[in-house]
Amino acid sequence: MPNAPDPITRNLWHVVAATDELPLGLVETTLLLDTRLALTRGNDGEPVVWLRRDEEQGDEIDAGTIHDRLPVRTAYGYTWTCLGTPADDLFPIPEFAEPDRVNMSCGSIGIHVSAPRAVENFLDMGHFPYVHTDILGSEPHTEVKEYDVEVSEERDEVLATKCRFMQPRAAKSATTAMEVEYVYRVPHPFCSVLYKSCPEDESRRDVIGIFLQPMTEERCRAHLLQSMIDSTSTITDLRRFQQTIFGQDKPILENQYPKKLPLDPRAETPIRADKSAIAYRRWLSQKGITYGVIPQAS
Amino acid sequence: MPLSLSDPNWYPIASSEDLPFRHVYQGQLLGRELAVWRADDGNVNVWENRCLHRGVRLSIGINEGQELKCQYHGWRYANRSAGCTYIPAHPADAPARRIENRKYPVREAYGLIWSAANDEKPFAPFPGAEGQSWFALRPMPVNAAPEDVVAGLARLAPDDQPADLLPGLTVRLGEIVYFVQPVDAGRAVIRGLLPETPADALAALRHHNEHLTHLRDRLERAAARKPAPEPLQPIYEKVSADLATMPDIAVPRGNTLNVVVSRKWQSADGVIGFELADRDGKHLPTFQPGAHIDVHLPNGLVRQYSITNGPGDLLSYVIGVKQENASKGGSKVLVETVREGDVLAISEPRNNFPLRRDATRTVLIAGGIGITPLLSMARFLDKSSLPYELHYFTRNGESVAFKSELDALHGAVHVHTGLARDAIRGTIDQVLGPHQFANHVYICGPGAMLEMVQETAARLGWPDEAVHFEYFQNDKTIDASSAFDIELARSAMTLHVPAGKTILEVMREAGLTVPSSCEQGACGTCLTTVMEGEVDHQDVYLNKSEKASNTCMMTCVSRAKSARLVLDI
Repeated sequence: MPNAPDPITRNLWHVVAATDELPLGLVETTLLLDTRLALTRGNDGEPVVWLRRDEEQGDEIDAGTIHDRLPVRTAYGYTWTCLGTPADDLFPIPEFAEPDRVNMSCGSIGIHVSAPRAVENFLDMGHFPYVHTDILGSEPHTEVKEYDVEVSEERDEVLATKCRFMQPRAAKSATTAMEVEYVYRVPHPFCSVLYKSCPEDESRRDVIGIFLQPMTEERCRAHLLQSMIDSTSTITDLRRFQQTIFGQDKPILENQYPKKLPLDPRAETPIRADKSAIAYRRWLSQKGITYGVIPQAS
Repeated sequence: MPLSLSDPNWYPIASSEDLPFRHVYQGQLLGRELAVWRADDGNVNVWENRCLHRGVRLSIGINEGQELKCQYHGWRYANRSAGCTYIPAHPADAPARRIENRKYPVREAYGLIWSAANDEKPFAPFPGAEGQSWFALRPMPVNAAPEDVVAGLARLAPDDQPADLLPGLTVRLGEIVYFVQPVDAGRAVIRGLLPETPADALAALRHHNEHLTHLRDRLERAAARKPAPEPLQPIYEKVSADLATMPDIAVPRGNTLNVVVSRKWQSADGVIGFELADRDGKHLPTFQPGAHIDVHLPNGLVRQYSITNGPGDLLSYVIGVKQENASKGGSKVLVETVREGDVLAISEPRNNFPLRRDATRTVLIAGGIGITPLLSMARFLDKSSLPYELHYFTRNGESVAFKSELDALHGAVHVHTGLARDAIRGTIDQVLGPHQFANHVYICGPGAMLEMVQETAARLGWPDEAVHFEYFQNDKTIDASSAFDIELARSAMTLHVPAGKTILEVMREAGLTVPSSCEQGACGTCLTTVMEGEVDHQDVYLNKSEKASNTCMMTCVSRAKSARLVLDI
């Protein structure tokens, strides 16, 4: 029997699907926190989520007949639900509303690792030359320069700023190597948002979000959001780019042991480049998250 | 008897053939995963299959010959010691803390690789092992409890010739010996040995493979009818407490160890080579290119010598010592009185001269005995196929030290002999050229030469952080005329430093234990963080930008310009 999720995790909004990809009138199934869910969209286009019983993937269903509905939010192109008592709001990404951005969901990738391990990988720059060779980094330029990390009390999120890295091809629209500057936010225990210098417009930033759906403690689905300033690439190009990146991360993440994220500072060996990961681990620990992590023995 | 994580027996975990050139094999024993790899020097390493940094399997890493490189962040671990030698995210830093992966005992014998969960039992050959040239069969994995596999093998024996059960899950059937490798509570691998290579080896392998496949099918059918045993739960050991935090500037101070002088030879005119090895033949601690050891001399002096070795070469350290006529009793004692077979105390390797491995161009410039750290650097770069040029200036052809070692390098090695001062300057000018992004130069040699390279580099636009050097000694006259107060923040103590005494002396008189070595501002041992006050730097260890930062100092020679210094001690 799986462990019951901690109350903090249970009361969070969790991503479950790209709203556009939910079929109208047909059942889609998924797993969230070891709980089987069924999803569909009614004729009004609004997603409906409920605890799956004997429904099968692909069954026809009339959304109007579903009564025991779970709470639902749609945000950033995705459908979110909650198994407990949800907070009013999901974390903000104000850039999403800017009219000239290309917003898109870039697919959902299953990864056999805990959601917090996947978040930590998203925060990590040191692996760029080794895992995303010749795209997000390339040897010999391997240095992770000093950057700043803070946990914002007010917004309850981890914030890493002034992160710089030498990248051969930082984005689809980049043609030459450049030092890119990143800002990372972790506004939700299983979600992170990245702002990176935009090759097309120096004054603005491309936004990439990763929303992890914790299916079990050791399995997740990564849902990707891109909100870009890019006038030339097609949506297919942009999606392919992000899928290449995540396709490269997946085999590394699936070879990580233990699969749950250890919160004991002595479980692994941090270096200065891991400042954001250290802050993230402490933040999870302080919040009392126990799902998908190995809590620090008290 | 149920399997135990602490079972001290040796078991085969691979065939020798499973470890071809530059491969990393994923092995398993008693519920643990192992990364098994053979280094270019033939040594087989059996390590926990997990990088200490982020837990990624090392079996998906890259065998670079003498170092294993993790796929995730490129951390490199040395052959034999499993110590980390390089962290690419911080290329300018020597990994000051001792980061070492967990390793297991290993022995290669009879065509098999053997290992054990701990060091409790020495390796012992199985009864009747000696005198045969054993031939390893293809391994047969079986999803059944190891003790059931042993019983199944024993049942293969004909009635008139019962199986011989040997200790350590071993069964002898006639002339064939079968070892059962306990992978986990419910999994095993059968590894068989024939006493000699059969005439038709391929046919023999096929025959036995077929035979064991039938046995496996029977054992797995039986196992499926029983409840599956609970898998072993290996424990990942915690890293040491000091690895769990992120120190800024560390002041490492290792223990001393005793080594024996295993070889002493004239490497060149004026240069004596010393090979220092562990007395029991164990490997020595991990070092990084550019590292040095303190050698405690019989007359009580301590001197620093650079290690010349290449990556993962830990069975001995080779140092080069200059034969000086008017030496102050340092090198002279080593050269004249220390003989092969003598025991010396040395420090663990420390690195004040780290090599970045993230340069697009690396220029190594050596003068005379200054070749020693640069030879090590060249060997590391060579093994990783990174571009480098080594320029070695000597008085004449006879004084070229470590000649055969230099000849073995594949990179651009230039020996410049007998050049006059101006010609040296001209050559250095040409060699360096204007600075370009990610170019780095490393210099080691006499003080005058270091200054010449520094001046030339500065003139050609090389920034300080691209010019790396290490002084042997501080030739400057120390001005000890100032008097000031020091406040020791952590010790909550304020002391007065009068003219004529060093900070180090004053601290020691107050009862503090502070590390130091050369006590002339050259070795970096007494590096201390400065929290407040203005430092009067008189050492040759810190570079210009480090001195200008006013955040650290050498307490053995440097003093205060301000009336008070606050130190992090």
